[in-house]
Amino acid sequence: MGLRRLDRFAIGTVLCAVLVAGPLIGLPLSFFVAPGGLSRFSGFVPEAVEATAILLVGVGAGTFLLGTALAALVSFFEFPGRRWIEWALVLPLAMPGYVFTLFALGLDLPGIRSTLGAVCVFTLVLYPYVYLLARAAFLSQSRTLIEAARGLGLSRARAILRVGLPLARPAILGGVALALMEALADFGTVNLLGVRTFTDVIYRVWFIAFDREAAMQFAMLLVSVTLTLLVLERLARGRARHAQLAARGDVVPPVRLHGLAALAAVILPLALVGLVVLAPLAQLSAWSVQSINEGLLAPEFATAARNSVLLAGMSAILVPVVALLLAYGVRASRSRTAAVSARTATIGYGLPGSVVAVAVIVPLGWLEQRIDGVAGTGLLLTGTVIGLFYAYVVRFLALAWGAIEASLIRIPRQLDDAARGLGADRLDVLARVHVPLLRAGLVTAALLVFVEVMKELPATLLLRPLGGDTLAIAVWQATTESLFKTAALPALLIVLVGLLPVALMIRMSGRGGVEVEASPAVGAWVEDPEAVPA
Amino acid sequence: MSHVRVRGLSKSFGAVQAVRELNLEIERGELMAVLGPSGCGKTTLLRVIAGFERPDAGCVVVSDDVVAGPGRIVPPEKRRVGMVFQDYALFPHLSVEGNVAFGLSNRPREERDSLTRRTLELVGLQHKARTGVHELSGGERQRVALARALAPEPELVLLDEPFSNLDATLRAGLRREVELILRDAEATALLVTHDQEEALSLADRLAVMRDGEIVQVGPPVEVYGEPATRWAAQFVGEVNVLSGVARAGGVETELGVFDLRAPAQGSVHVAVRPEQLELRADANGNAEVVAREFRGHDVLYRLRHEGGKTLLVQLPSLELHEVGDSVFVRPAPSAVPALVD
Repeated sequence: MGLRRLDRFAIGTVLCAVLVAGPLIGLPLSFFVAPGGLSRFSGFVPEAVEATAILLVGVGAGTFLLGTALAALVSFFEFPGRRWIEWALVLPLAMPGYVFTLFALGLDLPGIRSTLGAVCVFTLVLYPYVYLLARAAFLSQSRTLIEAARGLGLSRARAILRVGLPLARPAILGGVALALMEALADFGTVNLLGVRTFTDVIYRVWFIAFDREAAMQFAMLLVSVTLTLLVLERLARGRARHAQLAARGDVVPPVRLHGLAALAAVILPLALVGLVVLAPLAQLSAWSVQSINEGLLAPEFATAARNSVLLAGMSAILVPVVALLLAYGVRASRSRTAAVSARTATIGYGLPGSVVAVAVIVPLGWLEQRIDGVAGTGLLLTGTVIGLFYAYVVRFLALAWGAIEASLIRIPRQLDDAARGLGADRLDVLARVHVPLLRAGLVTAALLVFVEVMKELPATLLLRPLGGDTLAIAVWQATTESLFKTAALPALLIVLVGLLPVALMIRMSGRGGVEVEASPAVGAWVEDPEAVPA
Repeated sequence: MSHVRVRGLSKSFGAVQAVRELNLEIERGELMAVLGPSGCGKTTLLRVIAGFERPDAGCVVVSDDVVAGPGRIVPPEKRRVGMVFQDYALFPHLSVEGNVAFGLSNRPREERDSLTRRTLELVGLQHKARTGVHELSGGERQRVALARALAPEPELVLLDEPFSNLDATLRAGLRREVELILRDAEATALLVTHDQEEALSLADRLAVMRDGEIVQVGPPVEVYGEPATRWAAQFVGEVNVLSGVARAGGVETELGVFDLRAPAQGSVHVAVRPEQLELRADANGNAEVVAREFRGHDVLYRLRHEGGKTLLVQLPSLELHEVGDSVFVRPAPSAVPALVD
C-alpha cells in the first residue's frame, strides 16, 4: 500500500497507533541503551521467577478446576435456584484482588502472607473468567454429540468427561490464560502479601532504587511472559471458534438433581460467593461504619474520592473517544495499514499497569526536558495528570475499542455511503449516523473504562502527581500500614462501583443473549453480550 | 450536450476488470436503465458515478461539472448525485421525516421543512412522517429511500436494483409508482437491473451491459426489436436464432422467407422473436409440439422442427395446441427480424 492511498483518516489512525504503542518499543531498547541494568538487581531475578512460576501454576490449576467444575454444574444440571446461582457466580469479578486481600489480612486469616495465600486469593477472584467461557462453551454444545456418545455405551457423566470437556477445552484454556494475565498484571495483592513477583520488583526497583533502566528491563521480562500467554489465548480462541461452528442442534438438556446432591449444588456455590463477595462487603461495611464513628477515616479520604471520580470520569470520556476515532479511522479509510495500526494500538491491554507506566514515563520525560528547555515548564508531563492519562489510554484503549468495534461492524457500510450521497462528509457520517447508532457501545465502553480506572493501582501509584492519591491508593496505603478500618470505606466504594459492569453484563445476557432487530431496511442489527469483555 | 456524460470509464478490482472504457450519455429528465446479468459491472458503474469508487481511467461529467476525471475527484457528498440502495440503507435511528431531511441539513430551516413535506407528499407518505423506519412495509421503505434521494433535488438519481427486495406481486405496481414519482420530480435517473421486463417497461432508454461494456443503447422497442448482437437478443427476451441466405430485401431460412429492414447479401443469422412465428395444426406439418407454457393471455410453445432445431413460438391463447400435436410453423406476416452475429 503506497502513501498515495493513505488519506487523512488512515494517517490519523497510524499516528494514534504510534503514539499509543510506540512507548512500548522502549522496553526492549533499554537492554541496548543500558546493558547490565538487570545485573545490579540480579538478586531479585531468581526470587521473582520462582514466585511468578508458582503463581502461574497455582492460579492456572485453581481457576481451571474451580471455573470448569462450576460451569459444568450450572450447564449440565438442574437444581433449585440454578438461574440465580448461575449469575451470582459471576459477582467475584467485581472484587479487586487487593480488596479481598485487605479483608483477609484484616481478619488475619492464617497462612495468608505467602505465595500460596496469593494463589488462593487469585483463584477466588479470577475463576469467573474460566467459568464464563467454559459455561458459554458447554451451552453451545449440541445434544446430538452427547447423545451419540451415550449411544456408544458411555454413561452420562463419562459422556460429559470424554466429549463435553474436550470440546470446551479451547474455551477453558482461553479463560485460564485471561485469569493468568490478570494475576501477572496484579500489583496490590502480591505487594500486600509480601510475594516478590515481577510487578512487585518493578515497583521496588523504581521507587526505592530509582533505577529506571533496570525497571524497564524487569518490565520487559514480565512482558515476554504476558505476551506468551496472549499468544496462547489467541490460539485457544481460534480453535474454539471451530468447535462452536461444529455444534448444531439443541443444547444438552440438564439433569435434575435431588436430595443431598441438590442441596450441595445450592450450598457450595452460595458459600463461595458468600466468602468472596458477601462476607468482604459485610466486613468492609462494618469497618467503614466504625471508621466513621471512631474518626479513623484518613484525612485525605475526600480528596482521594474526588481524584478517583475525576480521573475515572475524564478517562471514561477520553479513552472511548480515542477508541472511536481509531475504529472509525479504519472504517472510513478502508486501509489495511490503518487496520494493522489499530490492532497494534490495542496491545496495551494485555500488559500490566506497572509495565505501561514504566514504558510511557521515559519518552514523556525526554519530551518534557526538551519542552522545558524551550518554555521552562518544568515537569509538564510526568509531574501532572497528563502522564497518568497517557498511561490509561495505552492500558485501557483495547477495552473501549472492543466494545465500540463490536457495535461498529454491525452498522452496514451502505449507511455510510447513503449519508455521503446525501452530502455528509466523513466526520458528518460519524456524528450524524455512527454516534447515535453506537450509543450503547459507547456507554458500555465508558462504563468499563470508568470502573477499571477506579480499580487501577500500579500505574496510578507510579505516575500520580503530588497530592494525586486515589481511592485505590488509599486502600493500598492504609492496608500496608495495617490500618484496615481506614482502608474499608474506599475499598467498599471501589467494589460497589465495580458491580455496575457486572450487573450490566448479567442484564444483557438475561435478555436471551442476543437481541435482534432485523429488517431489510437497516440490515441485521444485533447486540450481543460478547461485545462486553469481562 | 447531454446532462450526464460518462467517457472511457474503466475500473478494476485486482485482476477483475469490472468496467472497461465505458461510454454513456443521459439527457436531462431522462429515465435510463442499465440492463445486464449479475456480475457485469453495472453496480460498479453506479458506485463510480456516485463517487464511492475511484475510476482507474475516464471521466464522469454531471451537469457540466467534471466529478471524476484525470486529476479531479469530487467526494460523493459534493456531487449532487442521489442514490437509492438495493436494501434502501435507511438510517434506523431516524424517523421517516428524519431520513428524508438528512440531506437538507445545510438549508435554512423553513426551506428544509417545506422540501421535506413536499417530497413526502410526492411519495404519498406525509401521514407517516414521524413513524420509525422499522415500522414500515417493504414498499413504504422503498418510497422513503426514493424520497430521501430526491429531497436535495440532485442532478442525477441512481437506483441500484430498486425492486429486487420486493415481492413479485408488489413489484409491478411499485414500478409504475416509482416511474411516476421520478417523472413528477422531473429527475434525471439511472437505474441498474438484471430484470428485462423491468428495464423494458420503465426506461426511456436502455443500455445493455456485458462484461463491463455497453453492448447496445436505445429505446426499449429498438433494443428488443433490433438487438445489436446475438447475446443482446438472447439476454433481452426470448429468441430463435436461425441461419439463412440473404437476398434483396429478404432472408431465406428453413422456415421460409423473412423480410429485412435493410438489404443484405450472403449467409447471415437472424434473431426471430417467438411472436414473430405462427403455427397451425397440420398432420403433415414441419414440427411437433414438445412443451406448452400457458400464460393466460398468451401461450409459449416449444417445438421440435423437422430439421432438429428447437423453436419457441408465442401465440395468443385463442386456439390451443396439445403436446405431441404435429403443426406447421412459418414466419408471421409482418415479422421483421434483426440480423445478428
